Amino acid sequence: MNITVTVNGKRYERDVEPRMLLVHFLREELGLTGTNIGCDTSQCGACTVHLDGRSVKSCTCFAVQADGREVTTIEGMAQGDQLHPMQTAFWEKHGLQCGFCTPGMIMASTAFLKTNPHPTEEEIRHGIEGNMCRCTGYQNIVAAIKSASEHM
Amino acid sequence: MATRIFGSGIKRREDPRLITGKTRYTDDFQMPGMVNMVVVRSPHAHARITSIDTSAAKAAPGVVAVWTGQDITLGPVPCAWLVPNSDLKTPAHPALAKDIVRYVGDGVAIVVASDRYLAQDAADLVRVEYDVLPAVVNPEDATKDGAPLVHDDVPNNISFRWIATSGDDGVNAAFAEAAASGVVVKERIVQQRLLPTAMEPRSAVAQWDQFSEELTVYTTTQNPHIARFILSGMTGVPEHRLRVVAPEVGGGFGSKIPVYPDEALAAWASMKLNVPVKWTETRSENYLVTIHGRDHVEYVEMAATKDGKITAIRGLVYAGLGAYLSTAGPGIPTILHGLMYSGAYTIPNIRCESVGVMTNTAPVDAYRGAGRPEATFLVESLVEKLARKLNMDPVALRRQNLIPPFENGYNVAIGLTYDSGNYEAALDKALAMVDYEGLRRQQQQARAEGRYMGIGVTTYSEICGLGPSQVAGAVGFQGGLWESAIIRVSPVGKVQAMIGASPHGQGEETTFAQIISDEIGVPVADVEIVHGDTDRTPMGWGSYGSRTTPVSGAAVVLATRKIKEKARAMAAHLLEAAVDDIDYNDGKFFVRGSPDNFKTIQDATLMATLAWNLPPGMDPGMEASQFYDPPNFAYPFGVHIAVVDVDPVTGVVKLQRYAAVDDCGPQINPVIVAGQIHGGIVQGAGQALWEGVVYDENGQLLTGTMMDYAMPRADMFPQFELDNTVTPSPHHPIGVKGVGETGTIASTPTIYHAVLDALLPLGIEHLDMPLTPPRVWKAMQDAKAKGGA
Repeated sequence: MNITVTVNGKRYERDVEPRMLLVHFLREELGLTGTNIGCDTSQCGACTVHLDGRSVKSCTCFAVQADGREVTTIEGMAQGDQLHPMQTAFWEKHGLQCGFCTPGMIMASTAFLKTNPHPTEEEIRHGIEGNMCRCTGYQNIVAAIKSASEHM
Repeated sequence: MATRIFGSGIKRREDPRLITGKTRYTDDFQMPGMVNMVVVRSPHAHARITSIDTSAAKAAPGVVAVWTGQDITLGPVPCAWLVPNSDLKTPAHPALAKDIVRYVGDGVAIVVASDRYLAQDAADLVRVEYDVLPAVVNPEDATKDGAPLVHDDVPNNISFRWIATSGDDGVNAAFAEAAASGVVVKERIVQQRLLPTAMEPRSAVAQWDQFSEELTVYTTTQNPHIARFILSGMTGVPEHRLRVVAPEVGGGFGSKIPVYPDEALAAWASMKLNVPVKWTETRSENYLVTIHGRDHVEYVEMAATKDGKITAIRGLVYAGLGAYLSTAGPGIPTILHGLMYSGAYTIPNIRCESVGVMTNTAPVDAYRGAGRPEATFLVESLVEKLARKLNMDPVALRRQNLIPPFENGYNVAIGLTYDSGNYEAALDKALAMVDYEGLRRQQQQARAEGRYMGIGVTTYSEICGLGPSQVAGAVGFQGGLWESAIIRVSPVGKVQAMIGASPHGQGEETTFAQIISDEIGVPVADVEIVHGDTDRTPMGWGSYGSRTTPVSGAAVVLATRKIKEKARAMAAHLLEAAVDDIDYNDGKFFVRGSPDNFKTIQDATLMATLAWNLPPGMDPGMEASQFYDPPNFAYPFGVHIAVVDVDPVTGVVKLQRYAAVDDCGPQINPVIVAGQIHGGIVQGAGQALWEGVVYDENGQLLTGTMMDYAMPRADMFPQFELDNTVTPSPHHPIGVKGVGETGTIASTPTIYHAVLDALLPLGIEHLDMPLTPPRVWKAMQDAKAKGGA
C-alpha cells in the first residue's frame, strides 16, 4: 500500500505492507533508529513518538495509519544544535543511564507537559506510568520533567 | 589550585548521543545484504522431538535457509564457572536441541529470511512433532526420587552440592548450645525467580567476511572478550580473527553476561551464507530464554545467646539452575552467596550448603546482586526473627552484633577478609536521617488508630569488585578477573583510554574521564574512554559484579600515573632540571619554587612524540599500559530504612519513605552514584512487592509478557532520601569500591521487613515474596480470623 508520511518535517512516500508497524517503518524503512522497541505488548513505552502532535506507542500503530499525517520522533526534537528543553533537562538532571527508554520518555513527557504544563511530582509520576525504565529508578527522570516544565 | 573534578557531579559525556537518538544499539545496525534470523522454539518444557518438517518454511517467500539441530555444527554452549569440590555435573548444552527439548523456549530450528516479518512467517510454518515428557519446575521438588530427570546424566537433577563452612564442629556445637541454653530461629525462604528485564532485548548481528576469513559479531554483551573467547570455541574461528563489539547496550543487570546459543547461531548462519545475519529477540522471547535471576528455596537458621549475641548461622539452599548451566550460573548461589553469610555482623560459626538443581525452566544466572541479595535477605530475616523472639528492638539487636569499625581488613569466619567498614556510623546516620525514635512513636500512634504502619531496617555489607584472579581460579571461574587499560595521549594532548570493561549505562565514559583529568589535568572533554570492542581494547573481563570502577578504574588510574611520570621526566628535560625538582599542579610541571615557568602535559606529550630530543633512556611517544589484578574484593556497605503503610482493605503496600546511607568509599561523581542507588532500590523493591516468575506445573511460563510480569513504574515510589559515609578501600589506588548492586541488595529485605513490621500486631511471622495485594490481604484476613488484632 502506498503511503505518504511526514516525519520530522520531511515527506516520505513508500509502499508498505498493511501489517508493517509504524515503529518498524521508522526504524528500518526510514533508518530513524532513535525510536526503540522494548516489549511486544505495548507496556514499556520505549517506542513513543508523536503522531499529529499526540504521543502514541508506535509499536501499536500501523505505518498505514500514519498515511497523510505528521510524525515526530526523537530525531526531530532538537533544532539543529539547539536541544529541546526536555533533552537539556534529562542531561542536566541525570535522567538516563543506558539510554534505551530515553527517546520514548522524552517524547511521552513532552506530550504530557502539553496537557499539564505545570504538574506536581505526583502528576508527573502518573503521567509517565506508560513508560518503563529499569536503570534510573525514575527519580531523576521525574526531576528532569519537573525542570523542563519550568523552562518550557 | 583548580577545582577538583573528582567528586564533582558533572553532566555525563554519554548523554548527548542518547538524548538525541544518535547512537547505535545492536538492532539499529543495517548492513548491505543483511538477512534476519528467527529461532523456532519449543512450546513444551520437556519433550522428545520426533520429527521436524522444514519443507513449507524453506519454500516460503523471502526465506534463505532453514536449519535444525541436526544441521548445526557449532560446539556446545559452555559453562564457564566450574565450582570445585562440589561433584559438579555439566550436562551438554547444544546450540540447538537435537532430540530433547528441556524448557519452553529451547531452540529447535533457525529460519533466515530477507526481513523479520517474512522470517517469522516462515518460522510459523516449521512443523515440529513432539512426544511430551513430564516436567519439573521447583528446585527442591526436582531433587526428590521419582522427579522427572532433566538430563539423564544428572541424577536427582543435582548438578552440584557445594559447602562452605567455618568448621562443622564449631557450627554444630554452637547450634546445640543455643538449643539448650540460648535461642535458635529458623526460616524457610523462597527467593522467587525474577526476570532481569533490561529495557533493550538481546540482539546480535554477525558478519562473516569470506575473503579475510574474519568474523565480526555485534552483540548485546556485558563482556565482549569473554564472548569472543566462548564464540571462538563454539564456531572454530580463532580469536585473532574474531571481533566482538558491544555497541550501545541498553542495560544488562547480569542478563547480558552469558553467551547464549542465539549469537553463536547467528554467527554460524553468517558463515554459511556469507552475508550479515541479524537476530533480535522479542520481549516474549526475552522472558522465555534470557536468563532468570534468583530461584532459591532456602532453609536457614541462626543461633544466639539469650542476650542477643549471634553465635552461628547455617543455610541449606536449593538453587534452581534451569535446564542448562548458564555461563556463570553455578557461581552465583555458591561463591557469591554462601561466603557472605556473615553480612555486617560478627558471626563465629557459619555454614552454607548449596545444592544446584536442574529444572525444566530457563537457565538462571547473575541478576543484579547475584547471590548477595539472597544472602543479605536471609541474614536480615533471621536477625529480625531473633529480635521478635527475644523481644528486642531490631535496631538494638543489630547494633549489638555489628562488626566494629575497621580500616584495613577484617577476617570473617567463612574465610573472606572484608576490606574496610564502619557499619555503626552508617547506622547512626540512617537512624538520624529518619528520626527513628520519632518513627516508632508515629507507629505506636498509628497502631492505636488501627493503621498498619511498618518500619524496616537493613544493615548490609556486600562483596563486589570481582576480583583477585587467584581467587577466581580457586573457585572455578574459568577466566581471570583482572583488568587492563591502555592510555594514549595524542601529539596535541588528546587522551584515549582503552579499557577491557564494558559499561552499558553506568557512566564510566564520564567518571573515568574525571579520574584521568584529575590525575593529569587534561580537560574532561579531551578524554575519550574507549570500550566494548575487542579490536580496539586490551583484554579484560567485562562489566558486572560492580567491578568496573574498582578494577578497571584502578588500571586506568595506575596507567595515567605512568603517563604523568613520563610527562614529568620530559618536562624536567625541557626545563633542564632534575626530575626530583619538578612539582606538578593541575596539568602543569614546573621547577619547585618557579610555578610561572612551566611545561604543560601537552608540551611534554608533543615533544615526547616528536622525539627530537629525548632524555637518555626514554622511549618516544606518550602511551602507558597497565594490568591490574585486585588484591581483594571490595566491600561496600550501608543501612537502608523503609516506612510503609499497609491498607487492610486492599492489601496494597504503599512505600511512604525510603532512606539509604551507602558507603562505596570516595565518590567520583555523586550524581552518577545516586542514580545507581535509585535504580537499584527500585529493582529490589520490585522483588519485594510485585515481581515474580510463575511457571505452571507443566513448565509453561505464565508471566510471559509485561502484561503479566509486574514491572516497577514511576508512580509506585516516593522520592528516595540518600546520604553516604566514606570509608575508603585500603587496597584501591583511589580508595573506591563498587556501588551498582548495593541498592538492590539492601532494598528487598528493607521493604519486606517493613511490611512484616506493619503486620506484627496480627502475628504474621512470614510471607513469601512478592508481597502483592492479594497475598497481603489474604494473610491479614487469615490472621484476623485466627484472632489477631
